[in-house]
Amino acid sequence: MDSITKPVSLREHVVPVEAGEHVVGAVWLKQTLALALADGRVLRWQGGETQSVEAHGGGLLCLASDGSRLISGGDDGRVVAISAEGAPEELARDQKRRWIDAVTMSSSGSIAWNSGRTVHARDDKGKLKSLDVASTPQGLAFAPKGYRLAIAQMNGVLLWYPNTEAKPDFLEWKGSHLDVTWSPDGRFIVTSMQENALHGWRLGEKPSHMRMTGYPAKPRSLSWSHDGLWLASSGADAAIVWPFQGEGPTGKAPRECGARHAKVTRVAFHPKALVLAIGYDDGCILLVRLTDASELLVRPAQRGSGITAFAWDKLGKRLAFGTEDGAAGVLTLPGG
Amino acid sequence: MSEKIPVTVLTGYLGAGKTTLLNRILTEDHGKKFAVIVNEFGETGIDGDLVVGADEEVFEMNNGCICCTVRGDLIRILDGLMKRKGKFDAIIVETTGLADPAPVAQTFFVDQDVGDATKLDAVVTVTDAKWLKDRLKDAPEAKNQIAFADVIILNKADLVTPEELAEVEATIRAINPYAKLHKTTRCDLPIADLLDRNAFDLDRILDIEPDFLEAGHHHHHSEDVRSMSFTIPGDVDPEKFMPWINDISQVQGPNILRSKGILAFKDEPRRFVFQGVHMILDGDLQRDWKSGEKRESRLVFIGRDLDEAALRKGFMACAA
Repeated sequence: MDSITKPVSLREHVVPVEAGEHVVGAVWLKQTLALALADGRVLRWQGGETQSVEAHGGGLLCLASDGSRLISGGDDGRVVAISAEGAPEELARDQKRRWIDAVTMSSSGSIAWNSGRTVHARDDKGKLKSLDVASTPQGLAFAPKGYRLAIAQMNGVLLWYPNTEAKPDFLEWKGSHLDVTWSPDGRFIVTSMQENALHGWRLGEKPSHMRMTGYPAKPRSLSWSHDGLWLASSGADAAIVWPFQGEGPTGKAPRECGARHAKVTRVAFHPKALVLAIGYDDGCILLVRLTDASELLVRPAQRGSGITAFAWDKLGKRLAFGTEDGAAGVLTLPGG
Repeated sequence: MSEKIPVTVLTGYLGAGKTTLLNRILTEDHGKKFAVIVNEFGETGIDGDLVVGADEEVFEMNNGCICCTVRGDLIRILDGLMKRKGKFDAIIVETTGLADPAPVAQTFFVDQDVGDATKLDAVVTVTDAKWLKDRLKDAPEAKNQIAFADVIILNKADLVTPEELAEVEATIRAINPYAKLHKTTRCDLPIADLLDRNAFDLDRILDIEPDFLEAGHHHHHSEDVRSMSFTIPGDVDPEKFMPWINDISQVQGPNILRSKGILAFKDEPRRFVFQGVHMILDGDLQRDWKSGEKRESRLVFIGRDLDEAALRKGFMACAA
């Protein structure tokens, strides 16, 4: 029973990385870890060596990656791309210096971002299209296949084919939609909402609604399992994991993983196994295996050091994390 | 938990002097760093460390509460700013002249992330001595802004005669006798009078006496927006009062702009203090009644088309 009350520790397999600033996000660019920092810098880390790159003149607000580049949006109104090596490249600049609140990237390298209520999409050939929407979007996500963009906004999600003249479809649901994610098979769209809930749609001729409620806080971190059958979310004192087999989670209870007396702030599924990394607002990190609920401790609680970023590398051998007080680290799974 | 960042909301009709005031706050040597959230970004010519443009995206919470509107853009911007704690000491939110202050204030009570990281310090309204009376006739927003204010700056006082100034002041007082009022030219008042007011802090609602003696002697009963206060010279019964105040805020919430109260509950040694914005009520048992302090129960409403007689009757029935 000891393993349940006191999870086996992986602490000695964690290498610390000194970020020194609130970590907004983390991504792996092949062997290089890139930590996006709130002060506008991106920290590149490889084999213990760190290098700081200035991406934005002010704050860095949002980021996305396709595994080869990190693109970020800042409060200087710029969209910037950074690779594992070399200087940052400016992709776009808002003339009025409005905040870039959301960026996203498709696996083929298309990018999208907003400036105020205008959404811009640039395909992998560089063709730029823009669309004015009803409210400032905070969440953008490309469909896993095809050049189609989901735009989370007030009272619903807009689905836009940037390269066609067709009027965008609107999935309506009252309230403010924040983040948006597409299931890996493209059948579902899920948003996080201001009202401490997730809302989902099963796409098709007549999209049907899925309400996922009961969170004590906004579920701002979402992660799909590698097989696309589970969606993990933050916003409660455990990671809430919804089943997406068949028709989706309607009428089914979610799994609750890693329940502690702290709020889950980040979740990230392992890219190859049903193992979930869970980060809490008290700084603790657990790995939980979905199949038997066994837990491994990655980082003990550390006051004021809430988890703000996770990134598994492509093979799932390393997990990077970042925190609100500028601590970061890389866990290398033993025996891999 | 680290210290919450104070937020000052700056309202006022177009041309009253909001931008003048904002520039004064930002340029004066007070050793504080501000993050400023402005509307009409880039058109006001404000110099500051951290200036953010906002879109005033008001939306209704999907919680069945019809007047529970919040500012979505504010939640988003504050979330972004909070990642850079330590870069500024306070936040100022400027609203457009046409804005209703309620959604801004409600944002701080309704959104938990915002409430955890920041606290609403005060609503400061800049008015124009020369044109206020006209605005009150043609713009309901101007009235709301005064009714809502914790601090009112009666600016351009040099442009009117002393008699006219007294009349404007009386008009303001008929709507809101509780705000601190400063008569200025070019918004020249000490910045300390604007910041760190703690107007929404339950612990600081020490008393709710009007800012000037004997409100209402001008009896501007023609105003549809006005304030009223009721006193029970003793204890109230919480079993009667709590359902009553909840019912009043649910039913009349859309018309109640602000409410405040300090109450003596029967057999309770501590004062019960509450405040409200429309339907949202925030209340708590606070410090003990001091020895020698008179145990009495007092309530203030500022609102539109409120039935004073009915409210008085309802409150009086809560007496213990």
